[in-house]
Amino acid sequence: MTESNTVQSIQDQDSLETRSAINLRRKPRIGEWLIQIFLFLSAAISIVTTVGIIYELGVESLGFFSRTLWENTNKSLTTAIDLDTTELAVSASGRSPLNGDQIKIEEEIMLVTTVSSNVINVERGYKDTVPAQHRAELTLFRANKVTLIEFFTGTTWIPQIGKFGILPLVNSTIIVSLIAMVIAVPVGLSIAIYLSEYATTRVRSVLKPILEILAGIPTVVYGYFALTFMTPSLRTIFGASNVEIYNMAAGGIVIGILVVPLISSISEDALSSVPRSLREGSYALGATKLEVAIRIVVPAAISGIAAAIILAISRAIGETMIAALAIGAGPNFTFNPFKGAETMTGHIVRISGGDLSYDSIDYNSLFAIGLLLFFITLGLNIISQQIVRRFREVYE
Amino acid sequence: MSDISVKTTGTSEANDFFPKLDFRHRVGRAWLAVFQASTMIGIIALSALLYNIINSAFGLVAIEYKLDPDTLVIDGTPIEEMNQGQLIQVIQENISAGLLRQLERETPLTEYSLPGLNSIIVDRVLRPDVKRSWSLIDSIFSRDEIFVEASAEFPKAELEFRSWLTTDFITQPQSSQPLYAGVRTAIMGSLLIILITILVAFPLGVGAAIYLEEFANPNFWVNRIIQTNINNLAGVPSIIYGMLGLAVFVRLLEPLTSGVAFGYAEAGATLNGRTVLSASLTLALLILPVIIINAQEAIKAVPSSLRQASFGLGASRWQTVWAHVLPNALPGIMTGTILAISRAFGETAPLVVVGASTFITFDPTGPFSKFTTLPIQIYQWTARPQDEFRNIAAAAIIVLLVLLLSLNASAILVRNRFSRRNW
Repeated sequence: MTESNTVQSIQDQDSLETRSAINLRRKPRIGEWLIQIFLFLSAAISIVTTVGIIYELGVESLGFFSRTLWENTNKSLTTAIDLDTTELAVSASGRSPLNGDQIKIEEEIMLVTTVSSNVINVERGYKDTVPAQHRAELTLFRANKVTLIEFFTGTTWIPQIGKFGILPLVNSTIIVSLIAMVIAVPVGLSIAIYLSEYATTRVRSVLKPILEILAGIPTVVYGYFALTFMTPSLRTIFGASNVEIYNMAAGGIVIGILVVPLISSISEDALSSVPRSLREGSYALGATKLEVAIRIVVPAAISGIAAAIILAISRAIGETMIAALAIGAGPNFTFNPFKGAETMTGHIVRISGGDLSYDSIDYNSLFAIGLLLFFITLGLNIISQQIVRRFREVYE
Repeated sequence: MSDISVKTTGTSEANDFFPKLDFRHRVGRAWLAVFQASTMIGIIALSALLYNIINSAFGLVAIEYKLDPDTLVIDGTPIEEMNQGQLIQVIQENISAGLLRQLERETPLTEYSLPGLNSIIVDRVLRPDVKRSWSLIDSIFSRDEIFVEASAEFPKAELEFRSWLTTDFITQPQSSQPLYAGVRTAIMGSLLIILITILVAFPLGVGAAIYLEEFANPNFWVNRIIQTNINNLAGVPSIIYGMLGLAVFVRLLEPLTSGVAFGYAEAGATLNGRTVLSASLTLALLILPVIIINAQEAIKAVPSSLRQASFGLGASRWQTVWAHVLPNALPGIMTGTILAISRAFGETAPLVVVGASTFITFDPTGPFSKFTTLPIQIYQWTARPQDEFRNIAAAAIIVLLVLLLSLNASAILVRNRFSRRNW
C-alpha cells in the first residue's frame, strides 16, 4: 500500500511528537488522472460510432434523395434547333414534361414554360448550361428526383432506368424473416423448455455444446449449406420446376436454423431464472410436469422469451451472407417463397462487391437502404429492451 | 410419476378427477416427444451441415490430361521413376521454346528439385483439366455408375480420388483454376487483420468497461446514454458497420488508411483506402460492443469485498482496479475477447463492403496492403457457377472451421484454467 511518507523537517523544536510527520494530504496523481481520461474516451468511442453511423448513412441518403435523375422521356426533337429557339417541336411518343420541369438535351438544361401538343416552349441555358445547337432526333431527358413516397411504395428497383422503389427488397426481407421465425420459434422454444424442465445433466452437457457450436459457425458456411444442400433438397421435394435455384425458402429455413441457438439460450436463461418455489407450488396442487412448464413457468418468463424472439427477428433481418448466396440475384417483388428475390442486405453486398464509383446514385442508394435497415433493427432492439424492463417479473 | 389407480368410490368429482389424470399424462408425454423432436432437429441440422461439407470436400474427379502421362517414357522408364536428367529432357522436349526460355530465366532447370520438376511437368506438359467432380458419398457407393458415366462423357479422362483439402491447398495462393487454387493469401489476410483488430479493440474495449463499471457515476446522464448506446450497438447488423467503414475509413480517411500520409508508396500500386488497416478498424468497431459487455460482466463478478479491502488500506481507485479487480476479472475478459475474435474471424459482409480484393495472389505485406480473407474467399468460390469451386469452397470451409474450433477451444481452456477462484 502506498501511503506517502514525507519526512518533514520540523522547524519547531518544541514539538515532542515525532521527528517525521506523515503528510496525509491527498497527493495529486496525474498519471491516474490521465488514465481516467483515456478510459472515458474509450467509452465515448461508442457514442462516436453511433453518431458516425447515423451521420454517414444520413448524409448519403440525403444525397440520394436530392440527386437529380435524368429520365428518358422517349420524346425526341423533330426539327433541329438553334442557339436561341425557344419553341421545340417534339415527337408525339413518350411522356410529356410538365410546366416548370427541367429537361435536358445533350448537355443543355432547359426550363419548360408551356406545353401544348407536340410543342414545348422553354427557357434556354437554364442552370448555367451553355445554349447550343441541337440536331433533330435527339431525345429529351426529364429531371426527376426520388421522392420518399416513391422510395417507400414503388415496387420496382431498377437503378438503370431510375426506379427506386424499395418494396421488393423489404418484401423479400419480411418473407425470409417470417419463414425463419416459423422454423426458429417453435424449435428454439421447445429446446429451451426441454433443457430447463426435462433434461438431465448428462443430456444438457451434450446439448449445450452442440448449440454453442451451431451458434459459432460463420454465416458464410450457412450460406454454402443453403445453396448446396437446402436448395437441392427443396427441389427434390417440391419439384425442380417449382423451385428456382435461388429462392427465399432455402435461405429462410437456414436463417431459422442459424437463429435457433439465440432463441433457445436466451429463453432458457429466462426459464431457469423462474424460482423453484413456483414450480413446487404447482406440483403440490397436482399439476403434471407439462402443465407446470407450459402454464406456470413459461408465462412467468414470458418477457425474456418475447425479448429473445424479437432479438432473433432483428438478427434474421440483418442477416447478409445467407441472403447473398442463396436467396436471390436481383430485386423481385413476389410472394412465392420458391422464387428468388434479393433482400435488402443481399442487395447491399452485391452492389458494393462490384465496382462502385463514389458519387453515383447506386452508392447513395446503398446508404438509403442501410439507413432503413439500421432503423428497423434499432427499433426492434429498443422494443425488446423495453419489454424486458416493463414486463419482467422479479421474484424475491 | 406413477399413475394412481383408485377404485371409484366416493363423490362423482373424485370419479372425474382420475380419468382426466390419464389424459393429462398422455398429453404430457406427447408434448415431451415434441420437445425431444425439436432437439433432434437441432442436432440433425448440425449433422447435415457437416455431412454436406465433408461430402463436397473429397471425391472422385474426372481429369483430362492434355498429354497422356503414359506416353512420356524414355527408354522404357515411366515418368514416376525418372531421375532429374530424364525429367529435364522430358520438359525440354514437350514445351514450347518460348516457355522454356521464360522458365530458364526465372530459375535454371537444373536447380529444381525432383518434386519441383514434377510439378512443372504436371503444370505445363500434362496440363490437367477437371471435367467433373463427384461427392464423397457418390464416390463410395456409386463407383460403378460413375465409371460408366465418365467413360461415356469424357472418354479421355481419368478417374482419380482426390481430396480437395491438401497441404498444397493451404500453401498455394489464389488461382482462377480450381485445381491449383489455395487459400494461402486468404489465411494470411485473415490473420493479419485479426492481429490489428485485437491490438485496437482490446485496450479500447477493456478500458471502456473499466470506466463504465468502476469510474462512472451511474446517475450521471452521459454514462447512462453510453451504456444504452453500447447495448444497442451490439445488436446492429454487421453490414451497417461495413458501410460505416466504407464511408469513414475508406473514403474519408483515405490518406491515413492507404498509407499515403505516412509516405508509404508501393511501386505501381493504386493507393486507395481499401487496405488491411480499414478492414481491421471496421472489425474493431464491430466487436467493440461485444468485448465491452463481456468485460463488464467479468468486472461485475469480482466481489466488492476485494475492492473495499483495498480502499480500506488506502489505495486509490485506479490502484484498486489495476492491482486487484483486473487480475481477478482477467480470465472472464480473456474468454469474452477470444469469443469476440472468433466472431470477427468469420465475418464476411462488412469486409466485402469495405472492399476486399477479388483476386490477389500475393501475401499481404503490412497494414497498407490489399487484402482478402478466408470467409470472403469461401463466399467468392461458392458464388461461382462451376461445380469444382464448390469443392474447394468446402475444403476452405473445413480449414475455417478448424481454425475457429481451435480458437474456441483455447477460450474454454483459458476459462477452465483460470477459473479457480481465489476468494
